[in-house]
Amino acid sequence: MKIAVCLKRVPDTTTKIVVAGDGKSIDETGVKFVPNPYDEYAIEAAIAFKEKAGAGETVVYSLGADVAQETMRTALAMGIDRGVLLQSPGSPDGFEVAKALATEIGTGGFDLVLFGKMAVDDYNHQVGIMVAELLELPCISAVSALTIDGSAVTAEREVEGGVEVVTCQLPVVITADKGINTPRLPSLKGIMAAKKKPLELKPVTLGPGGVTVTALALPPERQAGKIVGEGPDAVPALVQLLRNEAKVI
Amino acid sequence: MGSGSVPSRFAGVDFYQIDSLLTEEERAIRDTVRSWVDDNLMPVIGQCYVEGRFPKQLIPGLAELGVLGANLPEEYGCAGLGNVAYGLIMQELERGDSGIRSFASVQGALVMYPIYAFGSEEQKKKWLPRLARGEDIGCFGLTEPDFGSNPSGMITTARETGDGWVLNGTKMWITNGSQATMAVVWAKTGDVNDAKSIRGFVVPTDAKGFTGKDQKGKLSLRASDTAELHLEDVHLPKDAILPKSGGIKSPLSCLTQARYGISWGAIGAAMACYDEAARYSKNRVMFGKPIGGTQIQQVRLADMLTEITKAQLLSLQLGRMKEAGTMTPQQVSMAKRNNVNMACECAREARRLLGANGILAEYHSMRHMANLESVYTYEGTHDMHSLILGQEITGLAAY
Ligand SMILES: Cc1cc2nc3c(=O)[nH]c(=O)nc-3n(C[C@H](O)[C@H](O)[C@H](O)COP(=O)(O)OP(=O)(O)OC[C@H]3O[C@@H](n4cnc5c(N)ncnc54)[C@H](O)[C@@H]3O)c2cc1C
Repeated sequence: MKIAVCLKRVPDTTTKIVVAGDGKSIDETGVKFVPNPYDEYAIEAAIAFKEKAGAGETVVYSLGADVAQETMRTALAMGIDRGVLLQSPGSPDGFEVAKALATEIGTGGFDLVLFGKMAVDDYNHQVGIMVAELLELPCISAVSALTIDGSAVTAEREVEGGVEVVTCQLPVVITADKGINTPRLPSLKGIMAAKKKPLELKPVTLGPGGVTVTALALPPERQAGKIVGEGPDAVPALVQLLRNEAKVI
Repeated sequence: MGSGSVPSRFAGVDFYQIDSLLTEEERAIRDTVRSWVDDNLMPVIGQCYVEGRFPKQLIPGLAELGVLGANLPEEYGCAGLGNVAYGLIMQELERGDSGIRSFASVQGALVMYPIYAFGSEEQKKKWLPRLARGEDIGCFGLTEPDFGSNPSGMITTARETGDGWVLNGTKMWITNGSQATMAVVWAKTGDVNDAKSIRGFVVPTDAKGFTGKDQKGKLSLRASDTAELHLEDVHLPKDAILPKSGGIKSPLSCLTQARYGISWGAIGAAMACYDEAARYSKNRVMFGKPIGGTQIQQVRLADMLTEITKAQLLSLQLGRMKEAGTMTPQQVSMAKRNNVNMACECAREARRLLGANGILAEYHSMRHMANLESVYTYEGTHDMHSLILGQEITGLAAY
């Protein structure tokens, strides 16, 4: 089975984000970057399906700056066979990113193309689905369970209040949600071996795109909690505050 | 154990951009072990400590990750890492608990290393891959009831017979001793006054006459297995001896390996305490403001951060010297002595900053504080390292 998986380098969600001087991007100094967590599910799925098939190839694609190579090597350390970095500063327009990825992936003859359902930096939920459209492949998005039997694909999706089961035939584009698997940690040997795996660099130029980011702001600071008292005696005061101050009941 | 103020992911302490002195692989290795500790050790360590139980169920995971004997070569089933990467692993394990780091130190530096350095090719092929995979658990028997800081005085003996060896003696304070499947035991093949006759032996713990008894009543390193070993007429085959071992310098060279790792491990424990204290100081409000806004607590935190940063630089340079093959045992003594003492101080100050909460197992500082008292004593007491440095400086031995 030949499997492509796409990976984005994103700021670690636990790091403190500071908005840069331009007011529309983040200040990257001191920020730790990690693989997009949803993409880690996609990477795990790619490795597991290849292991199950017993043969094939897994390729990780990323579009980003040269520093994304370090992030891609996490995927190689986990067990992906090789990588291709499309060198570009990126674009706020997911469609431009999707076009570049589709052009590259389209020539690969893949049975399965995996994405995370979204990137945690911009929450766009777009690129995987757009790549499927550009490649004229079926797409199942936000998949929380996936089985492949021969070329028959069965996917589960968590929909409001229930689970939807979807089937289709390979080739297919899947975007992964949490629950689909538990991404493995790379082994220390895997980390050393990743250095020797091929990682190809290809410059790409994206189109101007149709959208621009005009402002980026942090959410308002959370206010400190208030303890109104303890035990049953505190209930009336709590109810009063929830009703009149927080206005939630 | 959820304490509310402790996040589920540890972010490390790096005030001097020391990360920029590490390679990409070293950072990746550090981060991987850090995640492993967050996910596997942190949820269980508090309870293991209170119950006085080593989290044995974690051994397969540690082995799979490649932590055991990680700086030994790949041809023996090890990860073949550099020494800075190895040190970072020790740091991350001890950020969790000194007990789990002790387990890894003993398995790697005190059991696998002597087999690698003093063993025959057959011994290396037989034992190292099994120890790396965690299929065998090893322990290192040097200390005796009456010979701690002065191990060359040992009275355990190995007598050569027609077809092998017979070992007799008692070893005390042996980490992993109760659960080990094999032991590297040091014994005198000659007269008890002849320290040159000290040799290492590989002893399967199911050998007749070998018993391991759990050391009860520990108030430190409670999540580690410590035992007393008795060897009564333990018959071993000829090839049980480590052929290239000879004299007290052989076990001491193993201790140099382990002490090197401990110098890093202590930084991990100190970072955990500093991180907990810094976080707590910002959340705990007393007299109407966070205690972190008071000068006394700021001095505590400033001291901790400064000492941690100095220790980081000390161990990193020590590691680079080890990689270059120029590191001396005296340099290792300095780092072990400084860093463990520094960690003891950080843990105690962090515990104090936390007030009453600081005495709970739910928080980490007091567990580290108690653990570090063992680390201060084992692998050469703080005092002995002072004396080693004193001898290095003056040329005069004071011990
Ligand atoms: C939890 C734990 C795990 C251990 N694991 C192992 C293990 O796996 N394998 C193993 O072989 N050993 C192990 N040890 C033993 C450890 O290495 C010894 O405890 C250590 O070497 C000190 O020996 P001692 O306890 O006999 O103290 P002693 O040597 O009796 O020292 C007592 C005190 O006297 C001081 N002192 C001693 N000599 C001098 C001197 N000449 N001048 C000034 N002061 C001096 C010491 O610094 C110390 O303060 C472990 C110990 C502990 C606590």
